[in-house]
Amino acid sequence: MIQMLKEIIEYRDLTMMLTFRDLRVRYKQAAMGFLWAIFMPIVAICSGILIKKAMAVVSQQPLDTQGILSISVKVLPWTFFISSIRFSVQALVGNSSLVTKIYFPRAVLVLSSILACLFDFGVAMAVLIVLLTIFNIGVSLYLLWLPLFLVLLLLYTFGLGLLLSAANLFYRDIKYVVEIILMFGIFFTPVFYTAESFGRWKAIMLLNPLGSILEEIDKVVVLHQMPDILWVAYAVLTSLLVFIIGMIVFHASEPYFAENI
Amino acid sequence: MKYVLEFDQVWKKFKKGEKVNSLRDAIPHFFSRQDKSVSLQTEEFWAVKDISFYIKKGEVVGIMGPNGAGKSTVLKLLSKIIVPNKGSMLINGRLSALIEVTAGFHPELTGRENVYLNATILGMRKKEIDEKFDEIVDFSGVKEFIDTPVKRYSSGMYSRLGFSVAAHMRPDILLIDEVLSVGDISFQAKCAQKIRELLSSGATIVLVSHQLDMIQSLCKRVILLQNGEVIKDGPTGEVIPHYQNIIYKKREDEIKHKIKNIDSRVGVDTRALVDIVHVDLKKTFGLGEQINITIEYLAREKISHPIFSMDVLRADGVLCYSSRTDKLGIKTSSIQGKGIISIDLGKNMLAPGVYMVKFSVWDREMIHPYIIHNKEVIRVETEALNNLSDVVFIPEIKWTI
Repeated sequence: MIQMLKEIIEYRDLTMMLTFRDLRVRYKQAAMGFLWAIFMPIVAICSGILIKKAMAVVSQQPLDTQGILSISVKVLPWTFFISSIRFSVQALVGNSSLVTKIYFPRAVLVLSSILACLFDFGVAMAVLIVLLTIFNIGVSLYLLWLPLFLVLLLLYTFGLGLLLSAANLFYRDIKYVVEIILMFGIFFTPVFYTAESFGRWKAIMLLNPLGSILEEIDKVVVLHQMPDILWVAYAVLTSLLVFIIGMIVFHASEPYFAENI
Repeated sequence: MKYVLEFDQVWKKFKKGEKVNSLRDAIPHFFSRQDKSVSLQTEEFWAVKDISFYIKKGEVVGIMGPNGAGKSTVLKLLSKIIVPNKGSMLINGRLSALIEVTAGFHPELTGRENVYLNATILGMRKKEIDEKFDEIVDFSGVKEFIDTPVKRYSSGMYSRLGFSVAAHMRPDILLIDEVLSVGDISFQAKCAQKIRELLSSGATIVLVSHQLDMIQSLCKRVILLQNGEVIKDGPTGEVIPHYQNIIYKKREDEIKHKIKNIDSRVGVDTRALVDIVHVDLKKTFGLGEQINITIEYLAREKISHPIFSMDVLRADGVLCYSSRTDKLGIKTSSIQGKGIISIDLGKNMLAPGVYMVKFSVWDREMIHPYIIHNKEVIRVETEALNNLSDVVFIPEIKWTI
């Protein structure tokens, strides 16, 4: 695994080039340009507000700005996650001419498609920061936790991306399964609602490390609370585990990519 | 002596037929395996069998062989795209493969962006590309269109740009697979020039090609593969004749197969007036070897003053020579029953290759053939390298200047 990491670092130029390629192609083809990066988050936030409104009506409470901001803050990492997974599932199969013709560490393909999504994430985040400032959300010392959560998110996404891209190479219908899970995944993850609202079933919502990461991000950014150390530890462990398993499985199956693609 | 490339008893197998590559197939497949050993195992075959070779620094080695010999598999193994099932290989140095030079191109990107992208994929650093960028573009000759998306390029421009990028790498080991047939003659000349530059820089080159003259002019050593095995490894001059013989043998088999097919389709015309009962003709000849043909015929009725004719055609249909009894002024009396004809063709001057000998019997006016016997195939083998690839004859020629 160390060797694999070393190789990925050695091919960093290639990673950057491929990321750049993905971005160039995406922004070139879409007339909307940079709007592309915030299009999906905006749609997701709107649907989140709608659901929140419906819940507010049912529970006969007013719709609070804080709830909406929480949704916005959680939607961004969520959209980053699903678009990363969506692109990385196809990362190997979609570049089959490269995989069968030229040698380089294949993980670079997955990494670059995730990095391209990370760029979109960054653009959307910049917009969000402006919004948060306008709504005067304020800052607290807890914000220092945020980088850790983002790193965890990245590790988890990368690990899962590696696993799924390799799986999709051997079994081509994996991508349909993934697509369906991603489509409805938002209902199984605390994005539009909080895990707290489930009472004692809360733990189930947080078992997916993505859920716990989103919840903790919400806590440190919007709610200005101390993150739940237990769940943070859980998220660290599971993300690392997924990352390591992803690396090992990918590395072990890498030699067979070219002849099975 | 230190080798830069070591290939030690390498084996590689591939699967034939359809593979299970979806969950939809894999899940039932998994369960069916448990209830009984339904032999759904896909057939496997060895693409590379126990191949060993060692290449020293600065050597230029050609890999040759008929289609399906395993040449491309060897290159793919060398470039680490696939891994061997058995055996070990060692590569010392920076290796680049000119296997598919446009593999890294993206149609939406401009020529400039693609040069950077492709060069990076092939293993160049950003700084190197910056330095060589102008050179690469000049070489490709698409300077005018360098900021146009490559999807608007003609296929020639496309591959020229791809080759230019690849040609400007400075690897220790370079693998080349049939990519030099890009562009017009002047571009090919530039490519050959580039390869020579690489040679003089001391790079080790492994070249896969069917072009004999290129192999001859560039390589000092050739490895000949057939059916996944090394059958000859040595100096170019010694190995190329072997290669040619294999190719000729293959062509001979193809022609024989064709003749057989035609035969079985038409059915034997048993009611012909003349039958060729037996032809005595050696199947393979060397240069300068005596060729004799003896033909036994059976004439079912009396035929007066027949004309015998014999043609020798090359496999591609070129009539090499032909001989007729009436032209030679040979008077034939009438024939009936069994008889024997012998033809002395003298010393063989036909160039190495595959030839067909056609023998026919005609009436005296040369209007109606009694029989056309078109089944004899001969092959001329080479022992030595002849540089003239497409000649028909190799007579003994003496010059006085």
